[in-house]
Amino acid sequence: MASGKTHDFHILPPSPWPLMGAISAMVMLGGFVAWWHELSLGWLVSAVGLVGVLATSFFWWADVRTEANSGDHTPIVQLHHRYGMILFIASEVMFFVAWFWAFFAASLFPHPGEAVGGVWPPVGIEPLDPFVYPLLNTLILLLSGTTVTWAHHSLIHGDREGLKQGLWATVILGLLFSALQAYEYSHATFGMAGNIYGATFYMATGFHGFHVVIGTIFLAVCLWRTYQGDFTPKQHFGFEAAAWYWHFVDVVWLFLFLTIYIWGSNFGAAVVGH
Amino acid sequence: MASTASPLVAHDDHAHADHHDHSLSFIQRWLFSTNHKDIGTLYLIFAIFAGIVGGALSGFMRWELANPGMQVLPWFTDGNIDAAYHLWNVFITGHGVIMVFFMVMPALIGGFGNWFVPIMIGAPDMAFPRMNNISFWLTVTAFCLLGASMFVPGPAGFNGAGTGWTVYPPLSTSGHPGPAVDLAIFSLHLAGAASILGAINFITTIFNMRAPGMTLHKMPLFVWSVLVTAFLLLLSLPVLAGAITMLLTDRNFGTTFFDAAGGGDPVLYQHLFWFFGHPEVYIMILPAFGIVSQVISTFARKPVFGYLGMAYAMVAIGFVGFIVWAHHMFTVGLSVNTKMYFTAATMIIAVPTGIKIFSWIATMWGGKMTFETPMLWALGFIFMFTVGGVTGIVLSNGGVDTYMHDTYYVVAHFHYVLSLGAVFGLFAGFYYWFGKMSGKLYNEFLGKLHFWVFFIGVNVLFFPMHFLGANGMPRRIPDYPEAFAYWNQIASWGYAIMLAGMAVFFVNVFLSLFGGRKAAANPWGEGATTLEWTLSSPPPFHQFETLPDLTKVQQAH
Repeated sequence: MASGKTHDFHILPPSPWPLMGAISAMVMLGGFVAWWHELSLGWLVSAVGLVGVLATSFFWWADVRTEANSGDHTPIVQLHHRYGMILFIASEVMFFVAWFWAFFAASLFPHPGEAVGGVWPPVGIEPLDPFVYPLLNTLILLLSGTTVTWAHHSLIHGDREGLKQGLWATVILGLLFSALQAYEYSHATFGMAGNIYGATFYMATGFHGFHVVIGTIFLAVCLWRTYQGDFTPKQHFGFEAAAWYWHFVDVVWLFLFLTIYIWGSNFGAAVVGH
Repeated sequence: MASTASPLVAHDDHAHADHHDHSLSFIQRWLFSTNHKDIGTLYLIFAIFAGIVGGALSGFMRWELANPGMQVLPWFTDGNIDAAYHLWNVFITGHGVIMVFFMVMPALIGGFGNWFVPIMIGAPDMAFPRMNNISFWLTVTAFCLLGASMFVPGPAGFNGAGTGWTVYPPLSTSGHPGPAVDLAIFSLHLAGAASILGAINFITTIFNMRAPGMTLHKMPLFVWSVLVTAFLLLLSLPVLAGAITMLLTDRNFGTTFFDAAGGGDPVLYQHLFWFFGHPEVYIMILPAFGIVSQVISTFARKPVFGYLGMAYAMVAIGFVGFIVWAHHMFTVGLSVNTKMYFTAATMIIAVPTGIKIFSWIATMWGGKMTFETPMLWALGFIFMFTVGGVTGIVLSNGGVDTYMHDTYYVVAHFHYVLSLGAVFGLFAGFYYWFGKMSGKLYNEFLGKLHFWVFFIGVNVLFFPMHFLGANGMPRRIPDYPEAFAYWNQIASWGYAIMLAGMAVFFVNVFLSLFGGRKAAANPWGEGATTLEWTLSSPPPFHQFETLPDLTKVQQAH
């Protein structure tokens, strides 16, 4: 390369995105605080920050895409990306550990007071029937895991049409999952506030849902890149990272389904009408 | 570099690789940096700035505590005593959070880690140079949010978060209805995100960018220490993020994670916090361990004794550090069996820590020792960290801790391992690498003067706290009975001595930067065997454009 370097590592030019991203994040979070404490125009500050964060993400990853397509991502640099993504997912796993910890602390040692009554699910809480929409959502996510693998194999074998079809199917299944979650949230008889059941339920499944949305966007970007002619059978880590992330989101759901939905509703016995 | 570049290349996609420090504008070089050494320098400057702020806060605290009664803080509150009490709480919170997240961590990991991990393994930069920069800027913006929190309403009628760095509910929830705690929480979110990204960067760099022949078992111990630290950050910080997010929703959206009225439990917060908080204390000390190993080996002119044992002792400390958290919670009503487990597990940590202390001593044994400034700091570290370790063993006992919990004995303990441990490691590293980073030699006399004044100062400052704690003086109070006046006054004089030491430090830095002699590539001689001493001082903007071949080198550490 021009610099006279003889190694395959990626030496980058200066970039404005890190500074822009950090300032945007600060503005967004400061705006949230102002908004929640009912300062006038707090919502506007947080919206400006959010736009900054999204713009930073867009420009930054656009640069990464350009670099990938121009050959900067040598095999060793692609290995960096693999390490980076695995480690990022490991940190995400630990983030969900906190929510599961809260759930198990509340459910294994149910509070004897009025709000819970010493049992789980708490007295007066009508859990969702795990074997209707949650089971359907489980099947949807598991199916989406197979469609993303279909897309991956098509990509490896040079079948661009199969890649597009598999990705379309995965993105649609992801959207379907989110829609069903939204439908179920809107029909639940318990809210997030006032009771530990709602707190653990909505925050754990809510953060999972947020990750589904992120994963769906990630896969949709891969689909767009496919139409742009990105990805080769040999080099397509952006796609693989999206697939890894999607599988991670899937596995988190399986744990949520088994613990919060099934075990947490006494295998459905606590559901009214059973 | 540039001499081999053709003008045509400027239009090539790879042209960006062709840059020099002097072809970058100030803004490009320092605001948009993707260079591990420049980012390391930024981190060090930021840490010094944050250290001044955090140190000034503790100065007001020691001034207030110098005598019984309220005499200093009411100046800030127009004589309102309740406001002064709250201001005290804001100061201890600010001091704790700033020193942990914005001084020690940015200096040791962001500063020295960034500067020397790539060089020591023979790499040209970090694995993710652009992400490296957002770690830095997120730390700065996190600091801004924390600073803002001190000036907005916290509890009814007062400004600032007076929760302590632990942010326990219900003080941090129903006790602080104003936005100050929300800003402090978001500050921790940003600082945590910065550190997680930094951890990913370090682990990937160390696993994937070692030069040919630089096997894991040949890596310098400083690199090992940063590797273990990065894993602790990666796996503990997300749990803190979850915990403080629960605080945030309890505060703003009516959830009851930590509110017993809704079936929640405030002790859950303490579990989640300390699951992060205990690894965090090793995050602060492990890089100092690494620096001390390099310095002791250099000035004893011997390889580190028991190198592999030293490396895996840090791995063991990191692992066990994840399963001892509830020793911070011995008084919350844990069962006896739980306390017995956490007592025993905590005491186990003395084993790998002992391995390290004895191996440092054995490294010096029979060495051709000299006592330049970095060596003084490293020796001071060993002595003082051992004192902090011994009081740690006392506190690890769940029975004893029932009496010691939240007393000044605990304050003495953790300042011995931090102010006299981590900070001594930090200064050891600063003097050890000052010439390498700046290209200028520091003044040896002023360095030694700084050490001795500081050493005496912090011991006069913190040693009396053992007596105060043993006599039952509680932490986190701005006023106290007259019985505690004697040792408190001595401790406050210790602060003044320490401050004088820091004045020497700043004089030394300015004199050396602007008038220091030029540093040679290796000012330390035969004992300095790691790769940074093979480069010029300061190193080229991009080192190792051709990777060093270490396959023939027997001894890399």
